[in-house]
Amino acid sequence: MRLLTHNMLASNARGAVTGYPLKLQVVKWSTKEAEPNADFLRGMLPKIDWAALVAATQALGLPELLPGAPPTDAELSAEGAAEDEGSVLRRLHRALLEIHIEEGTLVCPDTERCFPISRGVPNMLLHEDEVRN
Amino acid sequence: MWYLCVFYHRLLDYRRPEVQSLAELFGGPGAGDAVEWRMPENHHVDSPFHLVRLPGDERLAAQIANRSLLVKGIYELWGHGNTYEELERAVVEYPEERKLPYLTPESTFKIVVDSFGKVISFQEQNEIMKSLTYIPFMGRVNLKNPDHKFFVMETDDYGCNNGLPPVVQRTVFFGREVGAADRHLLPTYQLKSRKYIGPTAMDAEMAFLMANQGLAWPGKLVYDPFVGTGSILVAAAHFGAMTMGADIDIRVVRDGRGPDCNIWSNFEQYKLPEPLCVLRADNNLPPWRPGLKEVFDAIICDPPYGVRAGGRKSGGRKLIKGTVTPYTVPDEKRDSHIPSTAPYSLAECVHDLLHLAARMLVMGGRLVFFFPVVREDGVANPAKYPEHPCFKLIATCEQILSMRYSRVLLTMVKVGPYTEEVEKAAEQRHREFRENHHKWMEEGNLHSTVFSPADQGAPVDRDSKPKYRGKYV
Repeated sequence: MRLLTHNMLASNARGAVTGYPLKLQVVKWSTKEAEPNADFLRGMLPKIDWAALVAATQALGLPELLPGAPPTDAELSAEGAAEDEGSVLRRLHRALLEIHIEEGTLVCPDTERCFPISRGVPNMLLHEDEVRN
Repeated sequence: MWYLCVFYHRLLDYRRPEVQSLAELFGGPGAGDAVEWRMPENHHVDSPFHLVRLPGDERLAAQIANRSLLVKGIYELWGHGNTYEELERAVVEYPEERKLPYLTPESTFKIVVDSFGKVISFQEQNEIMKSLTYIPFMGRVNLKNPDHKFFVMETDDYGCNNGLPPVVQRTVFFGREVGAADRHLLPTYQLKSRKYIGPTAMDAEMAFLMANQGLAWPGKLVYDPFVGTGSILVAAAHFGAMTMGADIDIRVVRDGRGPDCNIWSNFEQYKLPEPLCVLRADNNLPPWRPGLKEVFDAIICDPPYGVRAGGRKSGGRKLIKGTVTPYTVPDEKRDSHIPSTAPYSLAECVHDLLHLAARMLVMGGRLVFFFPVVREDGVANPAKYPEHPCFKLIATCEQILSMRYSRVLLTMVKVGPYTEEVEKAAEQRHREFRENHHKWMEEGNLHSTVFSPADQGAPVDRDSKPKYRGKYV
């Protein structure tokens, strides 16, 4: 599971108010390199909940990876940003798309319901008694 | 400019929409609608020969043809006629300035003689080529890698109509190839050599057609809420799109058939980037955070409609039947508990899908999915396709599966924004489905329609039916 997905998911169990952001407890994660696509990142940025993304990188022990505030379009479009390892574009790309949570848990902030992540697949399915009527 | 567009003689309904989708993809917004079609004189619409006007230059025509699966070739038509004499007159009259740039001494060329409905012997082909002396070819012949390819194509009433209405009159075309489909990717992606497939894995050709309808492209995000073994996402990823998938069945999405045979291995097999995410989730209760919308560029899927695989949703089998009070999972069992799921009616499934798409697709994004249609007397019911205020239906492509039912690939474009009213109306519908679960399960039960025994009438005389390979002709 990429952090992009973590940013999109919420708990919809009975009793959850917003169910977001899910607390991330990581047992094992890996890096899978991918080609950065600046257009994709620019399009996705406005839809990202920045605070939740920063919190997720902190849960992984990478507090330096992202700046406190979302990058501007100008920063993402800067020339050579895709090639420069340290550019904010590359760091955003790494945070959203290269970090892969293999084993861990997503915890609902309202109900403490745990959604396991196993072999990279988060299991968001509810038990019978958790479905809202 | 008008071109001759020659199709493969298969999936007849899918051919024009594919060209239009690709025109939109390469030509920009509105280009798909600007495509115009005509049939050559005396040709039935099921004929492989179509005339098409594309809103752009030759490069656009080449891009469309090269990415398509069903375009055998797009040609600049130099002339056509009912006989070779008429063809000669037409080609001679075709403006010199359009012809000469492709006939220069520095260029290499090749002539292909092709036909529809008959094989032309090598000797006849040679004779036809020799008769083309009225075209001043100056270049050298290169059969392997020519600069320009010229095609002579003919179709006639050869006594066998090849599954089409009888050809009224012979037609001969002469054209210069602008682009052609690359069907070499089909043997590469065919299901029989794919590591991990399931009972309803999408056929490779169809998956590519769906990805074309969904305008899969690098930097676009494609989502499949019924991902299964990932066969649709593989096609989207081949065209460079980023992919995400969800499925309610954990065994399929997580386990597969072992560590080297699962969704991920399917992407590895073709050296494609793996999906951004595969999650286990219920299409009926999608786990997206409140306020999240307009993230996917396309949703492409094959919903379970209950003929080969039935849909499931969470909520518990017995609870929905109303026979027991809600089942409470003991705390010590919570971690390993596998919740029972309830059947999911097609109507509710499609409703949830449209709602998901209305919320999660960007404006102009595409929803591409199969919808089953019952056929009566060998013709698909004039169907009522699902509708949604946010969507415009732009293509319906039927694939006949049996005497009793077809599946129709629906392509919808998001044209209206996702508003609070849309959301409220959807919630209301959601409750309605929940309260009248039984009614909805019985309505539209496709399985019994498709599999119930035939009426005990006179046995059907198989030979009495015309063996057309066209759609309805």
